[in-house]
Amino acid sequence: MNSIPTAVSIRAVAKHFGQFVAIREMSFDIADNEFFTLLGPSGCGKTTLLRIIAGFENTTSGTVLLFNEELKNLPPNQRPVNTVFQNYALFPHMSVANNIGFGLHMLGWSRKDIDDRVDQMVKTVRLEEFINRKPAQLSGGQQQRVALARAMAPKPKVLLLDEPLSALDLKLRQQMRAELKALQKETGITFIFVTHDQEEALTMSDRIAVMSAGEVQQIGSPSEVYEQPASRFVAEFIGDTNLLDASVVSAQSNQHNQVDVKLDSGECIPATAASPHALENGARGHLSIRPEHITLNALSTTNDLAGTIRNTTYLGTDTQYEIKLDSGVNLFTRTQNSGNQQHNFSIGNKVNVSFAPNSARFLSH
Amino acid sequence: MFTGNNNRTYNPRRYPGFLFITLVCLLILYAPLLVVMGYSFNDNLSITKWSGFSLRWYTDVFTGPEAAKFKKAAWNSLSIALSAALVATSFATAAAIGMVRGGAFNGKTLSFGLISIPIMVPEIVTAVAMLIFFSMIGLKLGYLSILIAHIVFCIPFAYLPISARLQGIEASFEEAAQDLYADRWKAFRYVLMPLMLPGMLSGFLLAFIISLDDFIITNFIKGAGVETLPTAIFGAVKQGIKPNIMALSTLMLLFSVLLVSLSYFIGRTDKEKNDAN
Amino acid sequence: MAAAGSGRTVSNTFAPVRNWLLLPTWLTVGIFMLLPIALMLVYSFLTKEFRGGVIWEFTLAAYDQFVFDRGLFGDEAPSIEWTYITIYFRSLVQASMATLLCLLIGFPTAFFIATRSPSTRSMWLFLVTIPYWVNLLIRTVSMKFLIRENGPLNQALLGSGLIDTPLQLINTNIAVQLGLFYSYLPFMVLPIYAAVERYNFSLSEAGADLYAGRWTILRRIVIPAVKPGIIAGCILVFVPSLGAFLAPDLLGGAKTFMIGSLIEEQFKGNAGNWPFGAASAMILLTLVLIALLFYARAQTKEQV
Repeated sequence: MNSIPTAVSIRAVAKHFGQFVAIREMSFDIADNEFFTLLGPSGCGKTTLLRIIAGFENTTSGTVLLFNEELKNLPPNQRPVNTVFQNYALFPHMSVANNIGFGLHMLGWSRKDIDDRVDQMVKTVRLEEFINRKPAQLSGGQQQRVALARAMAPKPKVLLLDEPLSALDLKLRQQMRAELKALQKETGITFIFVTHDQEEALTMSDRIAVMSAGEVQQIGSPSEVYEQPASRFVAEFIGDTNLLDASVVSAQSNQHNQVDVKLDSGECIPATAASPHALENGARGHLSIRPEHITLNALSTTNDLAGTIRNTTYLGTDTQYEIKLDSGVNLFTRTQNSGNQQHNFSIGNKVNVSFAPNSARFLSH
Repeated sequence: MFTGNNNRTYNPRRYPGFLFITLVCLLILYAPLLVVMGYSFNDNLSITKWSGFSLRWYTDVFTGPEAAKFKKAAWNSLSIALSAALVATSFATAAAIGMVRGGAFNGKTLSFGLISIPIMVPEIVTAVAMLIFFSMIGLKLGYLSILIAHIVFCIPFAYLPISARLQGIEASFEEAAQDLYADRWKAFRYVLMPLMLPGMLSGFLLAFIISLDDFIITNFIKGAGVETLPTAIFGAVKQGIKPNIMALSTLMLLFSVLLVSLSYFIGRTDKEKNDAN
Repeated sequence: MAAAGSGRTVSNTFAPVRNWLLLPTWLTVGIFMLLPIALMLVYSFLTKEFRGGVIWEFTLAAYDQFVFDRGLFGDEAPSIEWTYITIYFRSLVQASMATLLCLLIGFPTAFFIATRSPSTRSMWLFLVTIPYWVNLLIRTVSMKFLIRENGPLNQALLGSGLIDTPLQLINTNIAVQLGLFYSYLPFMVLPIYAAVERYNFSLSEAGADLYAGRWTILRRIVIPAVKPGIIAGCILVFVPSLGAFLAPDLLGGAKTFMIGSLIEEQFKGNAGNWPFGAASAMILLTLVLIALLFYARAQTKEQV
């Protein structure tokens, strides 16, 4: 990690709007060349943090460093970062070319340099034939590309993207995800991407900061936040999961954080603790098991996790089963459809439920 | 009678008689103006008898014995209206940006109250207060006192359409400009002002017409010898309505209608442009 | 107050220069509007000078003169002076009547316009507002010309045989009413129009579904829903009507003398009485402020 420079460093940043706490003191670093995503529901403070980095809001306390230089109180027009706005904020009275060239014009570039850079940018976003149009004459996807080109034209050190895909329809959104990701790798610019869409975050990011109520819940790669959620909020916000009330019965102090937990319904289950705090006998929390990590088998031998199929839902690639365990606990599972009908169960079937200990995450909060 | 039967034909937007009242309303509004316009073409010194179409009273306005007086009054009216509207529009534009884009601040309500005072206070009260003020500070009543008064009462009229327009413009446009290295002045000059322009234009026209329209305040503080068109006309009709006054009135009326139509079409084309968005 | 979504409430892109932006307006309105009104208040407590103007001596004479009659030389026992109270009362009645007239004609007009198709709506609105932009003096003079004793209206009515003696409209209350109506009607139509345009007509349909008749729906559902617009319209007509000068002066006579003319007289020529004029203007301003306070209270109650 030491060899990669830090692009943006958030140091003990907090932001209050009167009584309302938008950001409750947070600190983390974003590496150069990284595609970093701030993910969370609306009101979690992710946009506020982005606006602080851009310079539109001042921090209540704490500082932001950009390549080790303090940004505090520098106005937005003096920060080498650019923003792609949620509604694009394309200047409606200017042509595509003038929109893209605006930042360069403000920076005092010569007419010729501006024209060259604009030409280069419209090629990058494939809008060559629209260069003289006004934003109102473009489709949503094209406007999105102009906004990207405009923000990237001045070669910012960091590009801030505020839910840039939310206004597009599903098909275009999926296509733009790939384009954005490719553009980021190609240019090497650090992207800080704000979204409430977990799928967007998982497919595009190098790392994700999951935020809730002004706090960072977890920072990690997409697979880390999905497979090893640090808290109940992360487990529930990203993907679907089974959450069962449980408490620790035997904390084994090995490096894998292995614990035995007892569900409130009585079953004892080997699990992995998300944080060392849980390694204490009697600690209460939740057991999170992703539905696709659960294997179903036809009932053969006696097993403490036996249950009955209560409902099945066909989802195309998967089939979802709702199961009621003999102890009364409800679970749901997803099994990939292989085309082999033999693997399918139907309502009323008795089944065995099993999962690996590291698929069962014990979350203490 | 079943109410159910009524329900099928019930149109909540239709009330019998409302069209009639609207037409009566328009009749009352237009009849006096149309009659005066008609009689301004009457070829007769007496205003009661119609004796054929003529443009003699229009010629009289421009070349008759009172022509010089009318020209001077028209010049005063137009130059005051133009300067007052220009100053009021610039002040109101700055104030609107301060109010709408200045964030939350103490005294925002107070500032809005201050801006709206000239609209809230009856004209006759403003007239009295200004007369007392000007005579106390020793400002000679005349062109300058009229101009100052007109600037003051034009400010709220210019402010309202400008701030309404500004409220409809998302702040992200200026933020984008600032994000792209424009300082505050450049963000205004290149982004905000072009977007505010229709509001500034209708604010200007509104202020211009209000200034041209004013009689009461001007009448109080004009001093001796300085006349605007309304005070000149008022002085003339005190001796009875003469046909040349009707011709002059018709000209002013058409000028106002022209200005309003202009502002209406500016607003419309702008709205269509935005609808295309 | 902060919106939970982003924590942002008001845009503040120009917050650092806010005071500089507001300064020209603050100064202009403060010096040339607020200060003069304060001075007017001071003047109303000064002693009058006979050639028009004041002597800087504190006295309540102006207000005393408004309420009490102390005889020609001011040495008789005070009795209530009705002249000015009557003028103010008449002005209140005239302004209320004008407001009612504007409401009775303005509401159906505004409702009718607001229920046209969007494309014709602006055309109707334009038609109603055009006369407002014509000079008020010209409009009032035109009205005077039309309704004169031997003016076009009477000529037409006589000619058609509907009447055999000319209508005596000029110099009556009706003429003043007509003038005030004509001056301020758009102020009634515009806010009501805006309210009706926002009104959700499925409420009317729900009323009809629940067996209410057309007029019951208007009275019980539509009017309560657009009440803020109606109140705004009434205030916008009432306030300027109260202090109107042109309509009573040009269309009315001695019997329709209103506040505006009373005040104007005090500042004309040598017969003027500036302190009394200032006091009369202060009383008018107080009445207007009461009306505005009533309006503000009504609007806040609506919002709850």
